[in-house]
Amino acid sequence: MAYYENIRNFCIIAHIDHGKSTLADRLLERTEAVSQREMESQLLDNMDIERERGITIKARAVRLNYRAKDEQTYIFNLIDTPGHVDFNYEVSRSLAACEGAILVVDASQGVEAQTLANTYLAIDHGLEVVPVINKIDLPAADPERVAHEVEDIIGIPCLDAPRISAKQGINIEEVLERIVTDIPAPKADPDAPLRALIFDSYYDSYKGVIVYIRVLEGTLKVNMPIRMMGTGAEFEVVEVGTMGATRLNPCEELRAGEVGYFTASIKNVKDTQVGDTVTGMERPAAEPLPGYRKAMPMVFCGIYPQDGAKYPDLRDALEKLQLNDASLSFEPETSVALGFGFRCGFLGLLHLEVILERLEREFSLDLITTTPSVIYKFELTNGKTVEVDNPTNYPDPSTIQCAYEPFVNANIMTPAEFIGSIMELCQQRRGVYLDTKYLDTDRVELRYKLPLAEIIYDFFDALKSRTKGYASFDYELSEYRESKLTKLDILLNGEMVDALSFIVHADSAYTRGRKLVEKLKEHIPRQMFEIPIQAAIGGRIIARETVKALRKDVLAKCYGGDITRKKKLLEKQKEGKKKMRQLGSVEVPQEAFTAVLKLDD
Amino acid sequence: MDRQPIGLYLHIPFCRRGKCPYCDFYSLPFGEDLADAYTAALIEAMATQPFGPMQADTVYFGGGTPSLLGARRLDALLEAAARFFALPRDCEVTLEANPESVTPELLQSLRRSGFTRVSVGVQSGVDSELAALGRPHTARQARQAIEWAYQAGFAHISADLMLAIPGQGEESLRQSVSFLTGLPVDHISAYLLKIEEGTSFAQRRRDLSLPDEDASADLYLLGSRLLEEAGFPRYEISNFAKPGGQCRHNLKYWRCQPYLGLGPAAHSYLPQGDGTKGRRYAFPRDLQAFLTADNPYDLLEDQGEGGGWEERLMLALRLEEGFDVKTLPDPSARNALLCKAKELATRNLCHIRGEVISLTGEGMLLSNSVTVALLEALESGFEDYR
Repeated sequence: MAYYENIRNFCIIAHIDHGKSTLADRLLERTEAVSQREMESQLLDNMDIERERGITIKARAVRLNYRAKDEQTYIFNLIDTPGHVDFNYEVSRSLAACEGAILVVDASQGVEAQTLANTYLAIDHGLEVVPVINKIDLPAADPERVAHEVEDIIGIPCLDAPRISAKQGINIEEVLERIVTDIPAPKADPDAPLRALIFDSYYDSYKGVIVYIRVLEGTLKVNMPIRMMGTGAEFEVVEVGTMGATRLNPCEELRAGEVGYFTASIKNVKDTQVGDTVTGMERPAAEPLPGYRKAMPMVFCGIYPQDGAKYPDLRDALEKLQLNDASLSFEPETSVALGFGFRCGFLGLLHLEVILERLEREFSLDLITTTPSVIYKFELTNGKTVEVDNPTNYPDPSTIQCAYEPFVNANIMTPAEFIGSIMELCQQRRGVYLDTKYLDTDRVELRYKLPLAEIIYDFFDALKSRTKGYASFDYELSEYRESKLTKLDILLNGEMVDALSFIVHADSAYTRGRKLVEKLKEHIPRQMFEIPIQAAIGGRIIARETVKALRKDVLAKCYGGDITRKKKLLEKQKEGKKKMRQLGSVEVPQEAFTAVLKLDD
Repeated sequence: MDRQPIGLYLHIPFCRRGKCPYCDFYSLPFGEDLADAYTAALIEAMATQPFGPMQADTVYFGGGTPSLLGARRLDALLEAAARFFALPRDCEVTLEANPESVTPELLQSLRRSGFTRVSVGVQSGVDSELAALGRPHTARQARQAIEWAYQAGFAHISADLMLAIPGQGEESLRQSVSFLTGLPVDHISAYLLKIEEGTSFAQRRRDLSLPDEDASADLYLLGSRLLEEAGFPRYEISNFAKPGGQCRHNLKYWRCQPYLGLGPAAHSYLPQGDGTKGRRYAFPRDLQAFLTADNPYDLLEDQGEGGGWEERLMLALRLEEGFDVKTLPDPSARNALLCKAKELATRNLCHIRGEVISLTGEGMLLSNSVTVALLEALESGFEDYR
């Protein structure tokens, strides 16, 4: 029997909170890849933020040995996938490294948009999908209904799917057996020219970049000269091995069908892009594996240190994060209002939030961010086309021939009772209705074309609040469409604040401007003089609020020679001012910048 | 070495009954034995002060209600002060008094023993406002007290006036001002009511029908103008006086001149070395500790160095005479300060005369914000210099 016939490469697909990580933990336990003692809950999610939010942001992989009922030992390679739309591309690369996927569905909540999107993605990649119904221990569990739902909606057999409770450890054996029986072994030719798919990588300060790969064809060996077919980068392999649950296990070679890692004194993850193909230089493959694309940031914003002196610290922190995150881009930018900072690009809003949180938490930085923007395209009267992701670079309106903005195809799954409310929301966000599909009597899939700019602010929050949390949402970039765009500026005390400008659809400019000045008024404290807050398009003021001048701020009594009170009071005021941003003559608290990012409907 | 005369402050921490509902000064209910013990303790403290020989040219009995002590104890205290602090002939000796706690006899006796100035807690000329403030006297009683003081021969009489108190409006403020300026006083302290945490007013804040921020500011500006028109120009944020009526003792606080405060919650500023800087001290707010300590100076809390430029600026800006930028030693600090002041002057928050910065009425109302702005300018100026 060939070496690869006992290999099973698979991933787990699940909606957030349906129990993917818990099931992964159980599989690790039952295959004794990790002892109970080593078992830090949910090993695969090894970033703090992931664990707190209960979502997997970056893929990881682990190799398990399973002694099956047929008395044979199987090698399981479990490849974890990120569960959020921002990381769709990464998901597709992880799927491409597998032959099968375990689909985890919550026994009470059933199929969600995320599940559906990733399942289709898996089926598209030719994966064998093995459904599992989880959380059968919950009082609200209805495995029969959910099994039918999976059959009806996704169209895969599910009636005999294992009913499990990953949390309670019920029926985990059955899942392990299904992996052996239902997921095919890889087809592999270890003698062909090398083609290995990169599905993840991370930077290690001792070994350099550690590259996670699935070998599709050929064999990867120590000391072998290799080339990344997409980026063209060339290296010599230093170490190859497999991923244990708690450590890396070096070995001599990785053959077709196997999943593992290699190191090659690589300094930067930019050279090891997810989806790229590794081949040997001596006997290169003719064609790279399909599907590679460079990580493309879609959402941009300015990030500034609250304390200008922390600029070098911010740069160091971004550089460190980029070592592990090829999709994070940044370049220096200067704002009149905020000083020195960086224009950063992200895959999506979640990616942005995760990066911000890590900067603040792991690097103890206090940050100010500007309104997120997408990439707009402008056709100019001189025939050139420019791409703009920063309102500062908005072209002179008289030179704009035509403006374009990116749209996404959005799938929203919801209980039928919320259709009206969701349609209203999509309408407000300039959505173009595509169709409605009844998945069963109560569940509906709505499809819309939505401007990306309209969903990067607070669309997900708005959707959740309108549907009591029941709707789920998934999107992929579709195309650029012509659009009526305009740049909205904010003036404080007559001076334009570049950090608050943004590009907006002309029809929503007035409402946005109105809301923005109201929000700013709430957050800017009264100061020694009256502060007009204005929203303007071009030179035209479209909204105005006024923060009245402070009238009384005095310690009237200063008797008996006790001046310490006054000193303390003034010290406190000085400290308070340090937390504010001086924009021209106006002091603006940090919260004002955060508040304008969340213009609630 | 010729040392600058100090101001001597004696804190009398007693009030007749419960405290007024807005007051957070340190005071306790009055008792005869307690008053005797305390008088003795203060005299002992004067006798044993550890800061070396001192001369005082002002004495201030503050409280509390110092007039409650009565002529015998007050005389004894003043006599001790004269003995231990070499009081000169023209020494200013002030007593704070409440209208209901003075008699013609008391005032005559105090005048004879050397008190030169009485500060009467009138607060308002409108009885309904006095009642709302929880004052135990009427406007008539206040007038009476001041007239008695005048008749007793006091040339310097001060009256307190509170601004932005519950129920006060433009009309009632005019009434209070004309009431006070019609009395034989040469000094009026007019201060905005501040609701202090821990007072009974703070608990009832919502029920007090207090003027809002804008109305309070307007009352202050109106009060300032009316007093000025009546011949009492402002010389400090909350103090107004006829020519020659300024309180020499209180001026020491704002001019960063030395003073020694004795008694619980009393503060001191005493120069060190060449006198350009000094240290600040305070006794804890604890009468029992002061009475029972073997040496009350063991209780003294060191509040650190005082007399720096930031402090001088902060204090001088309370005064109409303002801060003379020329006194600053380094040019970049002078420039930074003047530059900021010019910006503030365009908003009518301060004046610059020559190189003297002083606050306008509007600026005084915002004195915290304005002072912070100028302090920041001063600091950045010093940094540039370094």
